[in-house]
Order: sequence, then structure tokens, then C-alpha cells
Amino acid sequence: MKSAVVTFPASNCNRDMFDALEKITGERPHEIWHQDTEIPNVDLIALPGGFSFGDYLRCGAMAARSPAIKAVAAHAERGGNVIGVCNGFQVLTEMGLLPGALMRNRSLKFVCKTVQLKVENADTTFTNAYSNGQVINIPVAHHDGNYFADDETLARLEDNGQIAFRYVNKAGEATADANPNGSQHNIAGIMNERGNVLGMMPHPERLIEDEQGGRDGRGFFESIINSLN
Amino acid sequence: MKARVHITLKNGVLDPQGKAIQHALDSLGFDGVDDVRQGKYIELDLAETDKATAEANVEEMCKKLLANMVIENYSIDIE
Repeated sequence: MKSAVVTFPASNCNRDMFDALEKITGERPHEIWHQDTEIPNVDLIALPGGFSFGDYLRCGAMAARSPAIKAVAAHAERGGNVIGVCNGFQVLTEMGLLPGALMRNRSLKFVCKTVQLKVENADTTFTNAYSNGQVINIPVAHHDGNYFADDETLARLEDNGQIAFRYVNKAGEATADANPNGSQHNIAGIMNERGNVLGMMPHPERLIEDEQGGRDGRGFFESIINSLN
Repeated sequence: MKARVHITLKNGVLDPQGKAIQHALDSLGFDGVDDVRQGKYIELDLAETDKATAEANVEEMCKKLLANMVIENYSIDIE
């Protein structure tokens, strides 16, 4: 699988994303700087976590208007796969590729811990290596992961199976206690209607080998590879 | 010409920072503050001299970057 990782000023998970993609796909991803206007033809473009442009104004707002983003939008328009993790998710909502917005955590605290996610829809490009309803462990580390969308948008996401991951407790229940940031409907990750763009707050790239404490994030990348075959 | 832009969260959108401010005011003994909503204030110095054009330009800026129309409202004062 050919991939590219877009780096913005103050991205800080670009290296993790790069390493995860390289280890899992066996191919070195293209490194794209935010000022680049062209991205080679790849199977996947990844927008990594971090604090692009210092998160001044709003998280992801300035990154979403940077030159490389036009190429990301064109790739998505052609049906190419795009993922955004953490700050990358914020960029995708600011671009309008995904609905809703990510707000300050309800607790006002930066949350850095491993949480449980339920795979809500295992019939997608990004989740097919998991099974429906499977509960996986994935780390979160964010201050602004509180997913907000109006009721109509939430209903549409639910009805179309666009919710990929939800925060749950160990028993797989989407309770308020299991929700690290106050996201509506315990949403941790969503897709666009076409199913080729996914954004999520948790970091699957941080849990791909035993040295990191587990491999639950690996299935996310393997799903994308599966979907290309 | 100066433009002053106020950006606030839409009604119905939870404002945890506003809630924290309210809580702090309460603990300082300021009673009777029913709700607090916090927002952003952005001041722009513009070369434009025509007020209507300046207002239209800043409106564009708000829609394209300064405000997130999913969760925020904006208001513009030009002088």
C-alpha cells in the first residue's frame, strides 16, 4: 500500500504515523510538508496528530486552509482514502470533509490514557480486520476531542453506519463514565457518507506492536490494506 | 479602518470554559450569575476605506476562517 503523511508546523505524531505505516505496509510513506501543493498518487493520505499551527484560533483551522490540503481534498474527491487522527480529525472537520466539530473536552482537562473503543461497523475500509462489536484498547491524548454535531447530523451518522468507533467501558457499554471528552453519542471516530474518509480522536498508530503495550491499533491499518485487495 | 469581530458559541452548544468561569465567579462570592458564555474577540486593521466593502470582506473572512459555522456565531463592527 502506498501512503503519504502530511506534516504541519507543530504536528507531533507524524513520525509515529509514518513508522506505523512503514512497518505495517512494508513501504515508506511519502513525507508531505503542508506547503507542498502536490501529493503523489497513493492509496492513503494520513493527517497525523499534534497541534498544527499551535492550535491558535481553533484546532485544525489553519491547517485546513494550508496548500497541501487542496491536494488532500482532491484525493478524497477522487475516492482516495484519507484518515485523520486526533488533530488530523480536527482538520478533516474544519475542511468540511467530515461533518461536525471538535470542541474543548467537557472536563476542560487534557486526557491522556488508554480507552476502550467499540467497533460499531466492521464492514468498512477502516475496520474490516475487526469484528462487529469488538472492544479494543487504543490510547487517547487530547484537549479538544469533544465531538459535536447537530441532532440531524447525528441521526444521519447513526442511520448510515458512519460511526466507526464509540467510547465504551470494558463491558462494551457506551456510558458517560467511559466517555473521555463528552463527545455526543460517545463518538470516537466517524466516516464520510462515501466511506473513504475517516477521522478519529484515539491513536491507533501508538499501539501496533508489543513494545508499545499491545497491537490493537494494527487492525485499523490492516483493514485499509485488506480493502485494497 | 478597524473591524472588531466577536465570535461566540451558538446557543445549545455546551461551553465548558464558560461553565468553569461561572463556577469560579460563584466561588468568589458573586451570586446571581445565571450563565456564562465565553468567546473570542478579533481586531483587524484594514487598508480598505469603504465601509460596505470592508464589512463584506470581513464577513468572508469569518465564513472562511475566523468562525466555525458548525458551532459558532459571529458579529462584526466596523469603524
